[in-house]
Amino acid sequence: MKHTPIIEIKKLVKVFGSVTAVDCVSFSIEKGKITGLLGPNGAGKTTTIQMILDLITPTSGEIKIFGKKIETHREEILNRVNFSSAYIMLPYNLKVKENLLTFARLYGIKNPLKRVLALAEFFDITEFLPKMTSSLSTGQLTRVNLTKALLNNPDVLLLDEPTASLDPDIADKTRRLLLEIKKEHGTTILYTSHNMAEVEEVCDRVIFMNKGVITDDGTPEQLIKKYGKKDMNDVFLAIARGK
Amino acid sequence: MKLYRINALLLRHLYLYQRSIPRLMDIFFWPVMEIFLWGFLSLYLQQFNITGINVLTVLLGALIFWNLLNQSQHSTSIAFLEEIWERNLLNIFVSPITVAEFLISTLLLGIVRIFLIGIVMSLLVFVLYHLNFLMFGFSIIPFVLNLLLFGWALGLFTIGLILRWGTSAQILAFGITFLIQPFSAVFYPVSALPEVIRWIAYILPPSYIFEGMREVLKNGALPLHLLTVGFIVNIIYILLSLWFFWFMFCKAKQNGKLMKLD
Repeated sequence: MKHTPIIEIKKLVKVFGSVTAVDCVSFSIEKGKITGLLGPNGAGKTTTIQMILDLITPTSGEIKIFGKKIETHREEILNRVNFSSAYIMLPYNLKVKENLLTFARLYGIKNPLKRVLALAEFFDITEFLPKMTSSLSTGQLTRVNLTKALLNNPDVLLLDEPTASLDPDIADKTRRLLLEIKKEHGTTILYTSHNMAEVEEVCDRVIFMNKGVITDDGTPEQLIKKYGKKDMNDVFLAIARGK
Repeated sequence: MKLYRINALLLRHLYLYQRSIPRLMDIFFWPVMEIFLWGFLSLYLQQFNITGINVLTVLLGALIFWNLLNQSQHSTSIAFLEEIWERNLLNIFVSPITVAEFLISTLLLGIVRIFLIGIVMSLLVFVLYHLNFLMFGFSIIPFVLNLLLFGWALGLFTIGLILRWGTSAQILAFGITFLIQPFSAVFYPVSALPEVIRWIAYILPPSYIFEGMREVLKNGALPLHLLTVGFIVNIIYILLSLWFFWFMFCKAKQNGKLMKLD
């Protein structure tokens, strides 16, 4: 059975001055799968994600989400997409509830307060809602960020190192949540991480990038077998070091 | 264009304003201090019986109008800077909000700020100096509209500079209006400027507004010719600043700077 791709990237190129950050990258992602976009620092992962989100204009190539081009259907596409990064926080000088209500309204949620309260319960952050965002710990902020990313019940979720700087307990809870979101809502997730154990546990498929090009693509099991390594961490080292 | 998205961003700023002392000071404290300063100066100057003008009315009227322009520019530039300071631009621009909606929300924020500061300053000059700002009647609407639009144009221009040079250019968000103040005929007529630099005043919309304001105070009639010219010049500025903003925004997206502004 042929699966419909939700994200289609064709011959994507991004050149910054004399540096080619992304060099003729093509891939597609099927509905309801968690795909890991991996690679060493400077591989072009973040640039690729930012081009998918229309934050960076590609030098050339094509990006289609839900079969539509991002540059011509941005508003329609981004209504069904969301993003969360461990490195991007919500405004510190607002209360958690105010932040979440703002984003719920930006996505046109019918009953924003009801949605915020429901998700807050799901992520166990109800007690933080009246608090200032600046008063939360990193782990609490990550959960608030993920709550924000699910406000519009996205069909596509882009996550940039969602468990970075979380303690093992919270990181594990976050992974469970992602698997639950995928299972319950059929959400398509594109995911970057440097935690290879996590990738092995969560991802259905892994795309490796290095120096702006895709160097490998497959399920974690396939890649471990292909490189003859014991886990994804060793696979990562082998690919990153070109061995 | 979706109103709920404009409303969301407007509310985001109003949440912030309700508990931020520096932001409230920006709206209320400095303008109130200026009312005291210029009010006392005007009272002092009035003792000299300068013929033909009511010093108190001219200076305080100009001061209030000038603050409206200032607030309009500030609200636009600082609304954008807030998102940079809070590293929230990415969250905003991965949402479906359009650039037009973002900019309109800053314009509406300007209207809210102008409304607040207008009420506070008018009440204060009435209580302290018995100056009734309502003497302008309905003619106040085109004056305020012109100032709002020019402040927005300056705000857009400043955001364009910030998109190019990052927060190194943020000082302009606080001070760009002062660069044009000497040439805008705020407290004195264009004829008071040296002849060689009068052309600068003629290409600045505020000079027509402030000349118009003095006409109303002098003759009681609304100087439609001044307002019309001011409005036309304003439209040119708005179109130029929109083009400049859009050019810089696209450039920032091309060179990947949009998410790296700091």
